Amino acid sequence: MNIIQLWIEKHLKYIFTLPSVLFVLIMIVFPVGYTAYLSFFDWSMSSVSPPKWVFLDNFKKIFFDDPRFWPAFFRTFYFTILAVVTQTVLGVAIALLFFRNFKGSNLVKTLFLLPMVSTPVAIGLVWLLIFEPSIGFANQFLGYFGIDPQLWIASPKQALPAIAMVDTWQWTPMITLITLAGLSQLPNENYEAAAVDGANAWQIFWKITLPLMAPTIFAAVLLRSIDAVKHFDLIYAMTQGGPGYATETLNIYGFANGFQYFKLGYTSAILMVFFMIVLIMSCLILIFRKKTEVTL
Amino acid sequence: MRKIRGLSFLLVLGLFIGLLAACSSNAPASEEPSSDSNDNKNKNVELRIIAANHPWTEAIEPLIPQFEQESGIKVKLEKYFEDQLTQKLTTEFTAGSDSIDVFMIRPLQEGKLFNLNGWVADLTSYTGDSDWNLSDFTESSVNSLKDGEKIFGIPTVTEREILYYRKDIFEENNIEPPKTLDELYEIAKQLNDPSNDFYGMVSRGQRAAAVTQFSSYLYGFGGDFIVDGKAAIDTPEAIKAFEFYGNLLKDAGPPGVLNMSWPQAAGLFAQGKAAMYTDADSIYPNLLDPEKSVVGEKVGFAVFPQGPEGQTPYNVTSWGVAMNAKSENKDAGWEFIKWATSKEIVAELQKKSVPGPRQSVWDSPEGTEAFPEELVQVISESNKIGKEYDRPLVIKVNEARDMIGTAIVTGIEGGDVEAAAKEANKQFQQLLDDEN
Repeated sequence: MNIIQLWIEKHLKYIFTLPSVLFVLIMIVFPVGYTAYLSFFDWSMSSVSPPKWVFLDNFKKIFFDDPRFWPAFFRTFYFTILAVVTQTVLGVAIALLFFRNFKGSNLVKTLFLLPMVSTPVAIGLVWLLIFEPSIGFANQFLGYFGIDPQLWIASPKQALPAIAMVDTWQWTPMITLITLAGLSQLPNENYEAAAVDGANAWQIFWKITLPLMAPTIFAAVLLRSIDAVKHFDLIYAMTQGGPGYATETLNIYGFANGFQYFKLGYTSAILMVFFMIVLIMSCLILIFRKKTEVTL
Repeated sequence: MRKIRGLSFLLVLGLFIGLLAACSSNAPASEEPSSDSNDNKNKNVELRIIAANHPWTEAIEPLIPQFEQESGIKVKLEKYFEDQLTQKLTTEFTAGSDSIDVFMIRPLQEGKLFNLNGWVADLTSYTGDSDWNLSDFTESSVNSLKDGEKIFGIPTVTEREILYYRKDIFEENNIEPPKTLDELYEIAKQLNDPSNDFYGMVSRGQRAAAVTQFSSYLYGFGGDFIVDGKAAIDTPEAIKAFEFYGNLLKDAGPPGVLNMSWPQAAGLFAQGKAAMYTDADSIYPNLLDPEKSVVGEKVGFAVFPQGPEGQTPYNVTSWGVAMNAKSENKDAGWEFIKWATSKEIVAELQKKSVPGPRQSVWDSPEGTEAFPEELVQVISESNKIGKEYDRPLVIKVNEARDMIGTAIVTGIEGGDVEAAAKEANKQFQQLLDDEN
């Protein structure tokens, strides 16, 4: 056995993990670190002056003197909660429906998954036409039921819910998919026992299916929430944050600062705040999950 | 066991080599065959030209093979949407790219920024060519791409805000096109018929996009973006203008106007759903083209109406061509710019309805034959009274437009315009302070 081989054998655990460690360092740690570093500078591409160290000034401005940050912050969570709650309720309900193997259920399942595989920007453009206030299909559809035409994404009040609706259309299938996978792994014994005890369908759902499914649904909600908080493509394709600033979420606001105003330092600071928010959110969720697991 | 270890060692090694190879993809590219002919040093040069999706590009693209044949220079044309164009250019220039040679530039939108950052080449020394004749360009168009005496771009497209109206509807109702803004409002209200999906007026309502088209209204009420170096969008004149523009679109505009930039607004007008439309004159082909429009011959043109404080539509150079300061093919690049802005080509483009900057072309019959006669008159009238900018002349134009656009949106929504204008002005003043 030569010496290289011996060395490799001894350090096998480092060598095998090295590629992934490198990946994490280059693709995650460096960008996050550099963004954090930049957030202490005033650096604008629209001037020839080099980055200027301003320490916490960017953050001070974000929290106390930026008329667009807080509205964008609340919009982000309004959108997330609206979209994810709707998707979860619908997704789980649909999964329960699909779980009963009716005739043609496989076909329906396949069709149902289609929105998920389409490109968000393309979807955004299609829904843009559907929502068009005077000739769009959405208003025509409402017209069949005698409901007055709505402004949809052209109205500052309806725009965000309308986009959440499109997001729901696209991502409900994902919750369904995950829930279906979970359902197929549920143990039969509990159901048999319930049948023996004479529980009705309603009781079985609330007392057995839902508690057993909770971790799965929770995972689905977590995945969707992360996606929804950082949502960008649909909003950008459909309204670019308009009308006015009515659909400007944190990501859109960050994008505007970075790629339209070219204020790189300030954008980094916004994104750091955003990063912290998501971090805190994840921690809370994890703690919450531990607690629910105990009670199960 | 040993065999497996040997194998895994090889695998890891393979991974590393792959990684290394991926990282060093900047391997020396095959050498370009160097030109050996002395008579034409531009032979074998390939120019990378970055253009916008704009009628100018569409009109000049089929002519480029002609240029390639005459000069021996190859042209690689890339086209982007306006916003993406700015991002593309900014990113590449910031990274110090020398691969872009010639690009389209919006003098009012990014001219100041690009010049300040030293991204545009100084073209002054090239412009002495008397055949090409710089003095043929209208003065205001050249000025918009000048920094002191330095010329950093050549104008290609000029624009004025005008009023489009539906001749047939006006005749039916026996009314004349409005001469003043008050008349404009009255007529818009009169013709507005939402129950039949027909609206009296359409114009841009999208936050930032609306600012340029709002500018002529602002000037008409005696306002301006900046007065004596101070932000001036909360002056009584400006507030009146915000209120007027807002009421006009609120009372007689289509639903969804807040999401309209020019493609949506022009589309609505072209579909015969609006009686009047104010926007840039360069948009008119979209309204006449039978493939895009059902109103074609029914479109009338009028000079932008007079406001209480005068009749001042904008008259701007919306596009020009410039050269990358780091380009290694400057001579070839200039050959292209010279060709693209030559009298012959400008005349050729103007035949395809792209309004150019050359006075001699406007004066010649062939330069105006593509334009409806009425429009030619409106253009030459507007040329005399126009203002040479349609947005605040600052470096951070995008940011400023968003600020001002907020007040416009508030007006259309019917909100508290004065408060919105005051707030926008505060931010705008801050932006001006930061820049100086």
